[in-house]
Amino acid sequence: MSDTIWVLVELENGQPARSSLEVLGKAAQLGRAQAIVLGSNAAQVAPTLGEYGAAKVYVHDDAVYDTYLTLPAVDTISNLLKQHQPALFMLATTYDLRDIAARLNVRHNMGLITDATDLQFDGDTLQVTVPWGGENVVTATFPKQGTGIVLTRPKAFGLERLEGKTAEIETLSPALNAESQKMKILDRVEVQSEGPSLEDASVIVSGGRGLGKAENFHLVEELAAALGGAAGATRAIVDAGWLPYSYQIGQTGKTVKPTLYIACGISGAIQHLAGMKGSKYIVAINRDEHAPIFSVADFGVVGDALTILPQLTAEVKKRKAQ
Amino acid sequence: MKMYVCIKQIPDPNTVVSKLDPNSKRLVRSGVSLVLDPGDESTISAAIKIRDTIGDSEVTVVSMGPASAQEAMRRALAMGADRAILVTDPALAGSDALSTARVLAAVLKKEEVDLVFCSTESTDGYTGMVPGGIAEFLGLPQLTFAREITIEGGKATIKRVTMTGYQTVECPLPAVVTIASGSFEAIYPTMKGIMGAKKKPFTQLSLADLGIEASQVGEAGARERVMAVGKVEARAAGQVMKDEGNSAQAIADFLQRYQLL
Repeated sequence: MSDTIWVLVELENGQPARSSLEVLGKAAQLGRAQAIVLGSNAAQVAPTLGEYGAAKVYVHDDAVYDTYLTLPAVDTISNLLKQHQPALFMLATTYDLRDIAARLNVRHNMGLITDATDLQFDGDTLQVTVPWGGENVVTATFPKQGTGIVLTRPKAFGLERLEGKTAEIETLSPALNAESQKMKILDRVEVQSEGPSLEDASVIVSGGRGLGKAENFHLVEELAAALGGAAGATRAIVDAGWLPYSYQIGQTGKTVKPTLYIACGISGAIQHLAGMKGSKYIVAINRDEHAPIFSVADFGVVGDALTILPQLTAEVKKRKAQ
Repeated sequence: MKMYVCIKQIPDPNTVVSKLDPNSKRLVRSGVSLVLDPGDESTISAAIKIRDTIGDSEVTVVSMGPASAQEAMRRALAMGADRAILVTDPALAGSDALSTARVLAAVLKKEEVDLVFCSTESTDGYTGMVPGGIAEFLGLPQLTFAREITIEGGKATIKRVTMTGYQTVECPLPAVVTIASGSFEAIYPTMKGIMGAKKKPFTQLSLADLGIEASQVGEAGARERVMAVGKVEARAAGQVMKDEGNSAQAIADFLQRYQLL
């Protein structure tokens, strides 16, 4: 069996996404890692991918991948799959890469495993670890021949850089299909938020249904601001329309690993725990003493977040001023 | 316009802790409360809103699942969808994302499709792979993670959620569109809606009706296999106290002890 592993490296403003480089590093531990990089500036990026584990890089520097969603990338990778048969195709779980994976899965009748947190080969058998629900962890594999796709959970692997390591470069010149230039990106809007982003924050204060109503969410934001952190939310209150999707922490939404996570009025649904369990210290405030959030909390308070939050914000400000 | 919404019945995420059966390695569905996926309620509502805005349109809900899924579909009809198509067949148990997309696409191929809506992902499986798979089977573009959508002049334009904001993306119809959770307020069925739902067209199809071989779907067709189901290593629980008016101080003490302040 081939020990070649492909990794699609996503570009963000012309630079390789950290999430993709983490996956590339993992692929290099498992076998012969080959990166695919498509889009404007891909030719500049390609030689640097050796330092992150790529033995070879397939590159197509073309703005078509930046202008049109999904399909041009699917076509190019599909052509490449007709010429080569890697053992595995790994992608980070991001908005754009998920869409590409979903189509390739069907076009090439591949096996596909999502949300993986670890992979290893036991002889010829690939074992993929997938946390499932709060209680179970599943080990899955591809029993049939052919390339399997694995999408990995954000932040599952660390970033490694081997300075000076180089990669073989192969420049692709695929025929571009006009039919695939359908989903046109007209503009990109960055929404500025105050303070650190959820991904970068070392402190996150987040709120759930226990806050009662959307108007109470400012209590969470005020504590986050006092601690120099970011505010987050559960899927339940995002679904209820209190906050935009960008606040959502959980299996859907963002996976966060801050130093401190303060959960306010959050019961601890499995889907939420999946996104924040990796936090170093977890503090929970909830009225229900049986709430699952207490099973992961380092420090828990059974009480009303609406009463405690303003007191805690005041206490934090007072102690910080001392 | 003919609009379709692919929906799913799942164990109630608000009351049920989803479990896997260690023998079958499948989701435990017996004895648990099953509901229409809350994400789908938002997606159905988006389709109904568009139908009522542009007029002369129809919303059909499509699902694959056991016969019990009829209940979830009745709820969709009570919310305002016009008709329902359920694919149910014993051979479908254990289907992966690829097979699910194959079956739903087979239903849609028999229809004249202008727009197919899906939720970005289901609330029980979370793979998010089915909508893109349906689009590929149908040869249609897929606009994903929409938080807003406009239909005009034979085109769909969406605001697509990104990590740092959004993109405006347009494409010609027909197309598959996925709706980001929470983007549209769910319609709550009225008593009139619930009564009316009973009279709406409800079609039930088997695999044979769709010309799909049993070996292509279900456990037989799955290209992934679960080798083992294990237990997660539990994170050790810490100290829990009852609030007696001094919690803020106690939490601040905890933060200071670990140099978090």
